[in-house]
Parts: sequence; C-alpha cells; structure tokens
Amino acid sequence: MSPAPAPARKLRVATTSLAGCFGCHMSFLDIDEHLFELVELVEFDRSPLTDIKDVGPCDIGLIEGGVCNAENVHVLREFRRHCKTLIALGACAVNGGLPAQRNHLPLSECLREVYQFRPGLDNGQIPNDPELPLPLDKVRPIHEVVRVDYFLPGCPPSGPAIWKFLTDLIAGRTPRLANGLLHYD
Amino acid sequence: MSALPATPTAALDGVLQRHGHCPTELLQILIEAQDLEGWLPAQTLTHIAQSLHIPRSRVEGVAGFYSFLYTQPVGRYRVLFSDNITDRMLGNTELMDALCRKLWIEPGKLSEDGLVSIATTSCTGLCDQGPAMLVNGRAIGQLTHRRINEIAEMIRQQRPLELWPAEYFQIGDNIRRKDSLLNLDMKPGAALAAVIELGREGWLQEVQKSNLRGRGGAGFATAVKWASARNASGEPKIIVCNADEGEPGTFKDRVLLNSYADLVFEGMTLAAWAVGASEGFLYLRGEYRYLMPQLEAVLTRRREAGLLGHHILHEPCFDFDIRIHLGAGAYVCGEETALIESLEGKRGTPRIRPPFPVTKGYLGRPTVVNNVETLAKTCLIALAGGEAFAASGTAQSAGTKLLSISGDCAEPGIYEYPFGVPIARILEDCGASDTQAVQVGGASGVCLAGYEFQRRIAYEDVPTAGAFMIFDGSRDLFDVARAFVHFFAHESCGFCTPCRVGTSLLQGFMDKLADGHGAKADLADIDWLDRLLKNASHCGLGSAAPNPVIDTLQKFRPAYERRLVSLDFEPAFDLDAALAEARQLTARDDPGAHLHTHEEEEK
Ligand SMILES: Cc1cc2nc3c(=O)[nH]c(=O)nc-3n(C[C@H](O)[C@H](O)[C@H](O)COP(=O)(O)O)c2cc1C
Ligand code: SF4
Ligand code: SF4
Ligand code: FES
Repeated sequence: MSPAPAPARKLRVATTSLAGCFGCHMSFLDIDEHLFELVELVEFDRSPLTDIKDVGPCDIGLIEGGVCNAENVHVLREFRRHCKTLIALGACAVNGGLPAQRNHLPLSECLREVYQFRPGLDNGQIPNDPELPLPLDKVRPIHEVVRVDYFLPGCPPSGPAIWKFLTDLIAGRTPRLANGLLHYD
Repeated sequence: MSALPATPTAALDGVLQRHGHCPTELLQILIEAQDLEGWLPAQTLTHIAQSLHIPRSRVEGVAGFYSFLYTQPVGRYRVLFSDNITDRMLGNTELMDALCRKLWIEPGKLSEDGLVSIATTSCTGLCDQGPAMLVNGRAIGQLTHRRINEIAEMIRQQRPLELWPAEYFQIGDNIRRKDSLLNLDMKPGAALAAVIELGREGWLQEVQKSNLRGRGGAGFATAVKWASARNASGEPKIIVCNADEGEPGTFKDRVLLNSYADLVFEGMTLAAWAVGASEGFLYLRGEYRYLMPQLEAVLTRRREAGLLGHHILHEPCFDFDIRIHLGAGAYVCGEETALIESLEGKRGTPRIRPPFPVTKGYLGRPTVVNNVETLAKTCLIALAGGEAFAASGTAQSAGTKLLSISGDCAEPGIYEYPFGVPIARILEDCGASDTQAVQVGGASGVCLAGYEFQRRIAYEDVPTAGAFMIFDGSRDLFDVARAFVHFFAHESCGFCTPCRVGTSLLQGFMDKLADGHGAKADLADIDWLDRLLKNASHCGLGSAAPNPVIDTLQKFRPAYERRLVSLDFEPAFDLDAALAEARQLTARDDPGAHLHTHEEEEK
C-alpha cells in the first residue's frame, strides 16, 4: 500500500483501555518505525501515550476493552461525544472478550468468590468505597453502550493490521483488511 | 402410537429390524423409536448407534437437529401450539397461557409428574382453521377457550387421545374455488395409461409443450428437470415428492394429500416413466403425520391395482414404487438438497450445488425433486395434452395455481386460479376488507401494500409457492415482520455463519425495537444485516430471511419509526439496572452508584 497522502491538517487521535489488558495498545506500539510516520500525520489527545486526562474534540477514537463497570461507561460516552469516528479495537471491545467470561456467572458469585471465600481472606468484604466504580452485571462489548463506527477484531489485532486500518482511515479510504490481516482470535 | 411390546429393547429391535438396520433409515428409526417412550433416552441412542454400526455422535447429531425429536423427557401429553403470525392474530398466545395456567405449568417446561409439556412450534399448515395445535403429533384446529378448557380437563384425567372427541381432529379441506386441477375427477391409472401409450419420449415432449413450471417456489421448468435426470448416468433413479410444506401460511399440499392423493402418486409415477426411475419417496413433513395411514392405504390400493410395483399396467420395463419418509419439524428440509440429506437419514444441512440433485441426489443417484402440486398437475397434461395445459394462465406461467389463503378475510381456504389473477380479485373473492397488506409466498415471499393490489400472481410478476396471508388495517406490519424474523432465526440450520448469526442478530434488533429501545442507528444496522443475509447465505433460507424486513421497511416504515426512542443510538438494556446487583452487594446508593440511560441526564 502506498504511504497515505497527508491530510490537510493533522488528525487528532485519542485512545483508551477499558476492560482490556493493554495488549491492544502494545500491539499498536508494534507498528514500530511507522510510529514516526504516524506522528507526522496525527497528534494524540487523551491516550496512555500522552498525559492528557480528559478527551477533547478528536477525529478518531480507539477503544480497547469492553465495558465492565460504571466508569467504563462514562469514559466510553465521553469518547463517543468527542470523536467523529469511534473504533472498537480488539476482541474485548468487539465482543467483550476474555473479561466477558464472567457473564455466565452471577456477579454476586464472582465478587464473593474473590473477596470473601478465597483461602486466606478471612472476614473479607466486598469493597464498597464510593471512589470505586461499581461493576455491571455483565461485561458488554462497546457497541451495546454507544454507537461504534468501525470494528477491528483480533486478540490483539496485529501491528500491521492496526497500521493498515489507520492509514486507510487517514487517507479517506474505507478501512479494509485483507485476509492475512483479519483475525478472529 | 403403536402398542408397547414386552420390553422397550425388544420393541426397539423390532424397529431396527423393520428398517433393515440401515443407516440411511436413521431418521425414520429415531422417529419410531421415540414413539416407544415419547422421547429418546441416551441408552436408546447408544443402542441404535451400536446396531447400525455408526458413531454415536452421528445418531446424537441427527436426534439433536430435528425439533420433533426429544433427547430430554417431554410430557406424556406433548402440546405444541402453532405459532405463525396468523395463529397469533387469532389469539393463540392467550390460549396457550390459559392452558398453561389450568395445568399449572410454564411453557417449555415439563410438569413435575411428567404428564404434560406445552410449547410453540412453527406453522403447522392449519392457517385456515387456526389457532392450531399438535397433541402428540395429532392436529387440532379451531381452538377456542372452550376447547382449551376441555383439553385441560382431558389431560388432567389422562384420557387417551383416541377417546378425545373425534371432531377435534377433523381437519377441513376448505376448498373455496376449483379450477382444472381440483375439478379433475380421474380414474386412478388413466393418466398412466395415456403416457404409456405415448412412450417415454413422447410423454416428455408433452410435458415440455405444457410449459409446466415447479410449484414449490423456484418455478423451474419441469420438463428440463426430468430430461436432465433422464440423461444423467447412475441407477436406480429416484423421484421425490416434496411434501415438506413448511413455508408459513401454506397448506395446499396438505389438501392435495388429503383428498387428491391419487393424483399426487400418479404424478410421481408419470415422472418415473419419463425419467426411467424405479424408486420414489414422499417426504412428508412431521406435522402431517396424521395423514400417514390414509396415504399408506392409497399406496396399497394402487399396488393392488397394478399402478405401482412390478410391470406397472403390464408394461414390461416399468417398475416403480413409493415409500413415505417422515420429516420431524425442520423447515430447511423443504430445500431440496437438505431434503435429500434428510432422506439419507442425516441432519438436514443443504448441500453445495452443483452437483444438482438431477445428476447426484439421493445416495449420489439422479434424483428429481418436485413439489406435490407440480406432480399432481402432470396428470392434467397426461390426460389432455401439453398444449391444452399451456393454453391457460399467462405467457410465462402456464396453468393454474393453488393458493392457501389465511388471515383477515371471511373465507380462508384453498383457491385455485389460472395464473395471471390480480391480487385485488382474490381479495374480493375471499371476502377481505380494509386490507392493508398481503404477504404472498409465505415468510420468504413478498409483502404487498395497497398500491400493488393490481399486480398479478404469475412467475413474471408476483411468484408464489401458494401462501397468501391477509392483514387488515388493524394489524401492525412491524409485528408481522418480527414474527417472520423469529421464524427464520428458529429454523436456521446453523450450518453457515451469515445465516446462523445474522438471523439471530436481526431478531435481536427487531426485539430491541419491540421492547422500546429502538434507535435510528438500529435501522442502519438492520439494512446492513439484510444485505449480508441476502448475499452471503449458503441456501435460500438465509437469503430469504430478511425479505419481510426489507419489504416492510420500504412500505410500512412508520411502523418502525414510531418505535424509535432515539434518533441516534440507544442501548438495548437498562444501564442503571445493570448496576443493581453491585449496589445491593455493596450497600451503596450514592450518585456514583447509578447510571442514567441517556448521557444528557448525567449532567
Ligand atoms: C428454505 C427452503 C424451503 C423450501 N421448502 C419447500 C417446500 O416445503 N416444498 C416444496 O415443494 N419446495 C420447497 N422449497 C423449494 C425446493 O428446494 C425445490 O425447489 C422444489 O421442491 C422443487 O420442486 P418444483 O420444481 O416442483 O417446484 C424450499 C426451498 C427452500 C430454499
Ligand atoms: S483484545 Fe486481547 S489484547 Fe486486546 S485487550 Fe482484549 S485480551 Fe487484551
Ligand atoms: S442459509 Fe441458514 S439454513 Fe441455509 S445453510 Fe446457511 S445456516 Fe443453514
Ligand atoms: S398453522 Fe397456523 S398459520 Fe399455519
């Protein structure tokens, strides 16, 4: 694929990890030397790569991970509000992924198992500090909570897949991953 | 139900024996084995697998595929409410609730004493006399609260089905308009004698001249199909009569089998003569099992009259006989390659085509699959010639068509018309008023709005396998489309991903709208799913599944739009309720322990 023609202005990109493992972000860094090309084309808003705490108006938002608690909902909504294009990045954001394994158990069972019944935890209590976000009864893929524009599957999607996806998007092409880049793992 | 011999295994061995321990008979064996105890316990499946020398997984795979085979206990009285949209319009939901209440059980669950289980099933082909149900496979129509009360009482008293009032099981033909086929009063064997006179080649030419096209939906030229099978190599060749009639709203094949069975079997024999086939199957949907005894009797009579078997009508090279194979509640088995798989005793998974059945069908042999009505029609051609047949109807649609009319009209039933009849004329004849829409061709057909009622029934305009469901001004076309989407999601065979996942996603969106969580964004997603299903599905079930939605979205869009609560996006679930369990576990109720469904309310 020819390098993307530079857009008139740098696009603003925000990224975040909700109920994810940061594996997708690591994969993003795996685009290696393309990172230099990328910073020519985009600038970063809120992201683990920057120190910005609140997301502002952006062109592209990349969401890793599904939605497992109230805070995830707030962050996700903020991203949706500020990003013209919102992308579900990786299996967790697309389907709920590994964290959604808990969905077939009642939440109470999960929490009791972890905080009360684990050996060595006598008198354990389920944390109830108002500072902590409450977990949802089920882990949701992000498209069940906000409108999502694109889905990039894979656990994680490979660096080249992410690079292809972003360069397509930046160049104004509808992102399209050929066979080799598309994985549903 | 057959009488119980001494021990179940002896009875089971009897079943296996009767079917010659033949794996291609697996489905028939399972159906009969189930008659012994009402369901298929694990040891029965094991015993069958061992006796047939096939893997147990295969037996389980087949038993798990068909909805009328049960690998979990069901009630000694097994009640299935027909759940087509027309049954719903006649109040089946309320009747089912009433029966459940009276018998103290929940739908889909077995009563603790094992007496009764109640659930729904897809259209049972009694749309002209609904609401309908099957009790242990026997059909009962015209359900009313009174009948439901009586049925509850008889079940409670454990009265055997044979002692239930006979009028319960009377299924009417409701023939309202007859034309050439339904007026035909043929002496059995007359058509056969005529074609033997013509010779095989001459007979095939008559069929070609008649321009007869298949009545099962696709409208394929019958002569071309027969000639291909005839020219294909491989023996013995097979004629299959497709009596799966699973399309919601269709019941004309039921009436032909009930009152015109000789025409159907004679048609199969006419096909055998043209093709040079020696084996025939009638694939009868499980819902019509109650027709078995009388159909077997007709076959016996025909054998005795020399119309089946060896040297038919003394013709030295004409051997042909017919066996009836039962289906077990799977709409997809109406698709001809799935039907053939099912005939071979397997799961009804549609095959990849080509090869087509005419060259490689049942057990790899050349096989003709024709609809019941198509085959019956060939008698007309045999008796009066191809040209006479081609003279009625329209340019591309010769002859007449049976329509199964149901829904909002005064006189539901069977109507036979020459092709080319306008929709408006049909509506008038059956006493429909204030008609808002007509669903022609069943769930997979087309939904016509008022401005289209001048269109005509014909392959070149509105093609149909025969269903004609009428909806008047009091109906909500969204509910209609949603019921059909549920049907397809339920009947998807699960073989290919676009249909397996696509139909259930589509169902999710329709339910989301119905539950009051609809958003404009959903309509875009529905459009996308419609296209995906249409283009990527492996068989006709998946590609037709979005039809009801495509049509109603185009013609009755406000029925969708009035259900939208957001012009953008709306979750399908209540976010705050999703935190309720965590709130309870932590005894929290501070503002941070809540979420608003709409973001704007957060601030
Ligand atoms: C999902 C599906 C269900 C079908 N169901 C039936 C059916 O119940 N009866 C029928 O005759 N054809 C049915 N068909 C059409 C058959 O595949 C086949 O075309 C037909 O039996 C051929 O007979 P004909 O040429 O006489 O019409 C179905 C097709 C599909 C895709
Ligand atoms: S998709 Fe895989 S790599 Fe990405 S957050 Fe989920 S688990 Fe981690
Ligand atoms: S389209 Fe549906 S019914 Fe047909 S093969 Fe695929 S899953 Fe089965
Ligand atoms: S059986 Fe009731 S509508 Fe078909």
